[in-house]
Amino acid sequence: MKKPFYHYITIGIVLLYLLIPLLGTFQYSFATSWHKTILPEGFTIKWYVELFGDLRFLKSLGRSLVMSLGATILTLVIMVPAIFSIVLYAPKLEKMIQSLIVMTYAMPGIILAVGLIRAYSTSGISMVLITIGAYFVGILPYMYQGTRNSLRNINAESLMEAAEILGASRYTAFQKVIVPNIISGILVSSLLSFSILFGEFVLINLLVGGHFETVQIYLFQKLSQSGHIASAIVVCYFLLISILSAIMIKMTRKKKEPV
Amino acid sequence: MILKRMNGMFLISIIPFFILVLLFLFVPLFFMLYSSFQGDGGSGFTFKQYLEIFQNTYYHQAFKNSIIISFFSSLIAIGLAVFATYSITLFSKKIQDRILVFANLTANFAGIPLAFAFIVILGNSGLFTLLFKHFGWDLLNSFNLYSWSGLVLIYIYFQLPLAVMLIYPVYQGIQAQWKESAALLGASPLQFWLRIGGPIILPSIAGTFSILFANAMGAYASAFALTGSTYNLVTIRIGALTTGDIFARPELGSAIATLLGVTLVVALLINEWLTRRIRRDLS
Repeated sequence: MKKPFYHYITIGIVLLYLLIPLLGTFQYSFATSWHKTILPEGFTIKWYVELFGDLRFLKSLGRSLVMSLGATILTLVIMVPAIFSIVLYAPKLEKMIQSLIVMTYAMPGIILAVGLIRAYSTSGISMVLITIGAYFVGILPYMYQGTRNSLRNINAESLMEAAEILGASRYTAFQKVIVPNIISGILVSSLLSFSILFGEFVLINLLVGGHFETVQIYLFQKLSQSGHIASAIVVCYFLLISILSAIMIKMTRKKKEPV
Repeated sequence: MILKRMNGMFLISIIPFFILVLLFLFVPLFFMLYSSFQGDGGSGFTFKQYLEIFQNTYYHQAFKNSIIISFFSSLIAIGLAVFATYSITLFSKKIQDRILVFANLTANFAGIPLAFAFIVILGNSGLFTLLFKHFGWDLLNSFNLYSWSGLVLIYIYFQLPLAVMLIYPVYQGIQAQWKESAALLGASPLQFWLRIGGPIILPSIAGTFSILFANAMGAYASAFALTGSTYNLVTIRIGALTTGDIFARPELGSAIATLLGVTLVVALLINEWLTRRIRRDLS
């Protein structure tokens, strides 16, 4: 069926709108100097060399990784067993989890940050830890969705029954039967959570501030100093979320194939 | 004996979860509400902060700016997405998947990196700014990235992929048979969309709109990266009042945050109400 021309136009507008800022930044990160001319005067990789030679950047990268990875692992360890128990043994509590998720939507970073500052800023607890706790709440919707869907897909209830009839304890059954079966689905939502947290700025900036530089805060500081370096960071950041998405897609496809 | 152990396992698995939710969702919510009813410096019980928001035109302006920018960016994004997403559904599954992956990817591209990407193309010495200057076009004279017009463009950018992803499943609900039946009975495509397709998808579109609106109302990082604390938006005011060194008035910030939260709850309730309507209509 031949499609009318305007269908190409509508998609084209959306794709161009989403692509142009990315392409512009990409070009700028490789430009030697670009102030008066339409096209950059030359191309170079020196901004990337400079960026990865900057200890401050490497440290901020390390902090970002520790924060996002730490929060994701914490969420994995605590949330997956809890959601497993609730979905299988207390389905009535699921309604409550769904209300919690709506609550997190109604309390985006800026609102959550105000509450956390009021509650904990004078408590003496490290605000970095508080931020990780806030991240736990922030990624709750994605982890819940991912875990619940995986449990449904593998028909967890009958798997547990079978394992228990064969003499496995509930913990062994969970660890040896359920976890290996849902791990790929859970990894997908973990990667999603990780990439969301890696781009998080609001909570870390308001709760901890500039003296604990993550990549996002480093980028924010660089905005006013060097546009080229800032665009190199943006390109690297976009590359990272692209790689993570590619892995997620691969894993989702693999999971679907055997069925 | 066995039952007891099961209960123990059950409790061990859910208790840490609920403790964390309590500590990082309910406790901050409570403290925010509590301090919104306190005077400056945390004294007594008072409605003073709320009264000030209702009386001070500066905060009216903040709410007005946030609402207008959220409304228009959601409207434009949804307008584009309704047509583009329909066009997408006409292509092969492979192309549909690719476009959705790209939408998903750009949906994650928000906040500081996004604000910077717009500075590169439309800032004071941005790519398009230079290009238009070269051709002597005055188009950009009336445009300023660091004000309303620039913020709307950025907001549209992060709303657009979200709108496409939320509307895509809506079109999957329109069955090919309906179109065929309507065509057999002599309806033109336009008539189909006006009389049948449109009314079916309208509640979902309106629901998506309220989600986009809530999403934009709560956005902070892009505007902050672009204008610091100068542009008067609700979220920017909250940030400045809560953490600003000189002008910190956390109690007032809490009251504004509470009002913003109420706005978001209303938007989400509207979405839920609309979603329920669709389900009833279809069953």
